[in-house]
Amino acid sequence: MPYALCFLLFVIGLYCAAVKKNMVKIVIGIMVMEYAVNLFLIMLGYRTGGTAPIIDKTCLEPGTEQIAASFINTSVDPLPQALVLTAIVISLGSLALMISICIRTYSKYGTFDITEIRRLKG
Amino acid sequence: MSIPLPVFVAVPLVTAFLLPIFGRKGKAGATVLANLATVSLLVLAVASIGQSGVYEIGKWSIPLGINLVLDGLSSLLLLAISVVSTAAMLFSSRYMERYTAKEKYLSLFMLMVAGMNGVVLSGDIFNLFVFLEIASIASYALVGFGCEHEELEASFKYMVLGSIASIFILFGVALVYGNTGSLNMAYISKAIQGSGLNAGLGFALCLFIVGFGLKAALVPFHAWLPDAHPSAPAPISAMLSGILIKTLGVYALSRVIFNVFGISISVGWLLIILGLLSMVAGAFLAIGQWDLKRLMAYSSISQIGYVVLGIGLGGLIIAKGGNLAWASLAILGGLFHLVNHSVYKSLLFLTSGSVEMSTGTRQMRQMGGLAEKMPVTRAACTIASASIVGIPPFSGFWSKLILVIAAIQAHFYWVAAIIVFVSLCTLIMYLKVQRYVFLGELPASLRQTEENKGTMLVAMVFLACLCVLMGLLVIVPSLKANILEPAVKVLTDGLSYSANLIGT
Repeated sequence: MPYALCFLLFVIGLYCAAVKKNMVKIVIGIMVMEYAVNLFLIMLGYRTGGTAPIIDKTCLEPGTEQIAASFINTSVDPLPQALVLTAIVISLGSLALMISICIRTYSKYGTFDITEIRRLKG
Repeated sequence: MSIPLPVFVAVPLVTAFLLPIFGRKGKAGATVLANLATVSLLVLAVASIGQSGVYEIGKWSIPLGINLVLDGLSSLLLLAISVVSTAAMLFSSRYMERYTAKEKYLSLFMLMVAGMNGVVLSGDIFNLFVFLEIASIASYALVGFGCEHEELEASFKYMVLGSIASIFILFGVALVYGNTGSLNMAYISKAIQGSGLNAGLGFALCLFIVGFGLKAALVPFHAWLPDAHPSAPAPISAMLSGILIKTLGVYALSRVIFNVFGISISVGWLLIILGLLSMVAGAFLAIGQWDLKRLMAYSSISQIGYVVLGIGLGGLIIAKGGNLAWASLAILGGLFHLVNHSVYKSLLFLTSGSVEMSTGTRQMRQMGGLAEKMPVTRAACTIASASIVGIPPFSGFWSKLILVIAAIQAHFYWVAAIIVFVSLCTLIMYLKVQRYVFLGELPASLRQTEENKGTMLVAMVFLACLCVLMGLLVIVPSLKANILEPAVKVLTDGLSYSANLIGT
């Protein structure tokens, strides 16, 4: 169910980016898609009632110094969180560039409407 | 002597961050440094031919850490990237003088090179995505570098479609991780071989095909290319058309399809159909153009179709369990065409930049008779046109010949016919370029036109010589065995990629 909602969010973003005429709304649509994918990545690593994946002395089996099975079964997967952090940084970079291009375009054309920004044809 | 692989990413990345320090006063210093970096990358890429290796970043062993992998296909692409970037950088040393903020341009250029080198070396699928984004974001900024009306519009269009492609790829990566529990391409491939394709992985494969297809500008996804490539400064058009669409699109697509998911009959057919559509539609749209760079951009779509067609044909033969020698020949044709196209298309864009700089226009109707005024540019353009059309001693002829032979051998006669037909369309469009730009009457407004000097000529002559000599890559057996065949083997071996890497 959460996965379906997440996919719905993705589709809403795609629809917004494909249909809207306003440049800023297109950017918002792309960002909604980006966040849907980030949410999906976080959900992959989520575990109900999980613990933080940090190993300290209490997590080790006494005597054998092995990581306890209970730790492996309850800790959340840390890798998707690292991936999401990277993806957020990347999307921040592209968002900044997109917004600055929108601003420069507005100062040239005086509009955000992509149907009026049409010098390139063919 | 083995080369430490991170050098290929580190050299351009460090240079990219050093360049802005020079500031406005040290423009000459920044230019020299950037040229040194591209030339040293070319030397490293030549030295890496025939080598293979795995580098584990931070000494973390393979499934835990990120790794860089050098194999035949990577070193072929590295060579192509460094040849094109060396020529484009030489060309921009002079061409970019009329723009402000040259050091920022050089910095973005080096970031793009770093991203592309990272994509071809990465053995980790998320890392591939990160490098792909570095190269893409740098290219969005470079397309809009002029900050005029057309540039900004093209850049926005490119950026929207490029971002959507990147998000699709990230979604695919997430699905793959959820289904296989690994991000390393070799381990993903092993897990897929163990479990087979389930619905999630099938959806991920579709997302990858759409995402990389958008980056490669294959025909249903090509809308951004004819705007973005002409709007960029000429050396950047050369980089984008010459190498960026191939690295981010074709290379990544074939790596994921052949080495990670494994080729199947339906995917093989899909690649062939995408390739044929791009070839035919790109060629027809190109003939009608009057903007010199726009014509070349459409012809890039057409030529990228040849590459995908060759790879798809080989994949289909492998998937059907056919003759492996036929499959290798088709893939050899595709990959050879990829390298050829990166050389002659970047040369064509450089000559268009040279013409634009001298005449101040890109409209072919306003040109004519430039052959006497710009003899070197004219000669370079003619060599590149002869190459792209496929006139015998030049490079394009050999790769098209191989593709036609491969198609006939595999009994795809209609494919061979379409290849020849599209070549004829290509002939028409480049005759049009020759006729309207270099021959005919010189308009009064262009009487004062002069040939460009210095590094721009060096860059064009360098690429023109390569165009003439590239045929040797298939004629001389030792070159073929060292450069092209290892790359073909990576794709024909397919899923044994993971076994080679993990060593089981």
